[in-house]
Amino acid sequence: MTDNRLDGNAAGGALREVFAVDLTAATGQCSNCSQRLALAESRLYTHAPGLVGRCPGCDAVLFRLVRGPGRAWLDLRGVTCLQFALPGAT
Amino acid sequence: MSVIGIVSPGFSGRRRGGAPDLPPGQYLTEDFPVLSAGPTPHVPKESWNLTVTTETGAAHHWDWAGLTALPTERFTVDLHCVTKWSKLATAWEGISLDTLLAGVETSAEYALAHSYGGYTTNLPLEDLLDGQAWIAVRYDGEDLTPEHGGPARLLVPHLYLWKSAKWVSAIRLLNEDHPGFWESVGYHNYGDPWREQRYWGD
Amino acid sequence: MARATVLGRLTWRVATVAAVRDETPTARTIVLDVPGWPGHLAGQHVDVRLTAPDGYSTQRSYSVASAPRGDRLELTVESLPDGEVSPYLTRVLSVGDPLELRGPIGGWFVWRPEAPEPVQLVAGGSGAVPLMAMIRARTAGTAAPFRLLYSVRDPEAVLYRDELRGASEDGSGLDVTYAYTRRAPEGWPRPPGRVDAGLLAETAWAPELAPACYVCGPTGFVETVADLLVAAGHDPARIRTERFGPGGGRP
Ligand SMILES: Cc1cc2nc3c(=O)[nH]c(=O)nc-3n(C[C@H](O)[C@H](O)[C@H](O)COP(=O)(O)OP(=O)(O)OC[C@H]3O[C@@H](n4cnc5c(N)ncnc54)[C@H](O)[C@@H]3O)c2cc1C
Ligand SMILES: [Zn+2]
Repeated sequence: MTDNRLDGNAAGGALREVFAVDLTAATGQCSNCSQRLALAESRLYTHAPGLVGRCPGCDAVLFRLVRGPGRAWLDLRGVTCLQFALPGAT
Repeated sequence: MSVIGIVSPGFSGRRRGGAPDLPPGQYLTEDFPVLSAGPTPHVPKESWNLTVTTETGAAHHWDWAGLTALPTERFTVDLHCVTKWSKLATAWEGISLDTLLAGVETSAEYALAHSYGGYTTNLPLEDLLDGQAWIAVRYDGEDLTPEHGGPARLLVPHLYLWKSAKWVSAIRLLNEDHPGFWESVGYHNYGDPWREQRYWGD
Repeated sequence: MARATVLGRLTWRVATVAAVRDETPTARTIVLDVPGWPGHLAGQHVDVRLTAPDGYSTQRSYSVASAPRGDRLELTVESLPDGEVSPYLTRVLSVGDPLELRGPIGGWFVWRPEAPEPVQLVAGGSGAVPLMAMIRARTAGTAAPFRLLYSVRDPEAVLYRDELRGASEDGSGLDVTYAYTRRAPEGWPRPPGRVDAGLLAETAWAPELAPACYVCGPTGFVETVADLLVAAGHDPARIRTERFGPGGGRP
């Protein structure tokens, strides 16, 4: 049976509620296995109390996003050094 | 209640009932939704193990035969998930934590449950005792499936269901509280559904 | 297309259903007027939020089907028999009704018309929706040749059939292969079955051409196809996936 998961891409809406840039297209490094990836490439688990993004290489937790009334929590401890493209900026 | 949008004409959502005896903000469900924050661990009974460690470092181990040799209880309880569904009168079979911990010497105040797959959740040790918590091994007369946390899960029905760690592998008894997987990212440290303790500060 | 990169936090908007169009017996396209829609890129999605009178609320993601050019937004939704949201969107929601959504979302699973490399699209069931947006986003100046491998349960379940036929016959550089999983049309050269290594080798761009691959559909389908593409020698960095979930339109 396939686990019930999506691509990290599907977290884009919830993340854009917090950030002005698209975090899913940012690339980072898995703190567990050092693989570099875009957050959109993570395995996203949504049937849970929050959104959980895991490394496609080693299943380690990359990020967790919890949304409560009027508040959101984001834990990114599984990813190091995010790189963003800044379209239009120099 | 979270931000309410405009009402969608003709939308009622998955069939759900209210019931007079539900905790605040909960909806009644008849099916058993499967929540998972990661790949479902498939742990064969032959290699399954449960470890309890105390604040002094003493470790107690049970393999499957050892666990199931302990007296089991049948119990029927209501489940309340923080994602707002409640399921009433679910029938389980398992080993009371009172039984499991009977021979464990400890003066710890806190417990941190660990699961196969890396999940953790914390709760006061006293909430695991006095007939309030079990290591469940059967649901509705059947062995517990991996989707529902089999071969064995923690069940602490008086708290939100995220406290009932599926695929439980260890319980650490600690002098200090240590927030678990959800407790460290916004979810309430204790999680009493009747006081609607969903998030930090609730 | 610069409009689509306007930055800022996303908020919910209230769209109005301008038209609905049945694509198949189980799938419907919903045409929406979205005040202030900033434009989108092909492949992006929106989140849709439904709210019941008692305050119960739930949300799902839907890919944008329409080309970035139009001023109306189109979604195509496949109705799942036991689903909570898709039967509402395909059967209850009517012209004139409001629909809450936020978007456009995602800067990763997108195709930009200026990208020169060949494009290999692989769709399973309703996974054809964002890939159709890519096909529709091609312009007269688009250099990239497109191939679509479309896995679908039977001929009646094909989305956008006529439009795909037109686009593959007009010399615009689109090639479509259907893989029927349950029932093929009379006289079809291949018995019904799943996409496998042989079919990919026969119909997809060769790995040596370094195509950009976009794979979309139910989670199991996407994982199978992505593995097959990697095994065939495609660079994993060139394979972009969009999983629709366990039931997201069976292929
Ligand atoms: C980025 C993205 C884009 C998408 N684009 C489209 C699109 O363009 N068109 C389209 O038709 N769909 C699309 N989908 C899928 C869509 O979001 C919905 O998942 C789909 O419409 C089904 O929703 P539903 O409420 O009808 O079904 P649900 O009620 O969500 O049920 C779906 C299926 O999952 C099962 N299920 C539900 N909950 C659980 C659970 N907790 N555990 C295990 N199984 C469960 C159900 O039994 C059912 O088979 C997209 C998904 C994503 C992530
Ligand atoms: Zn990793």
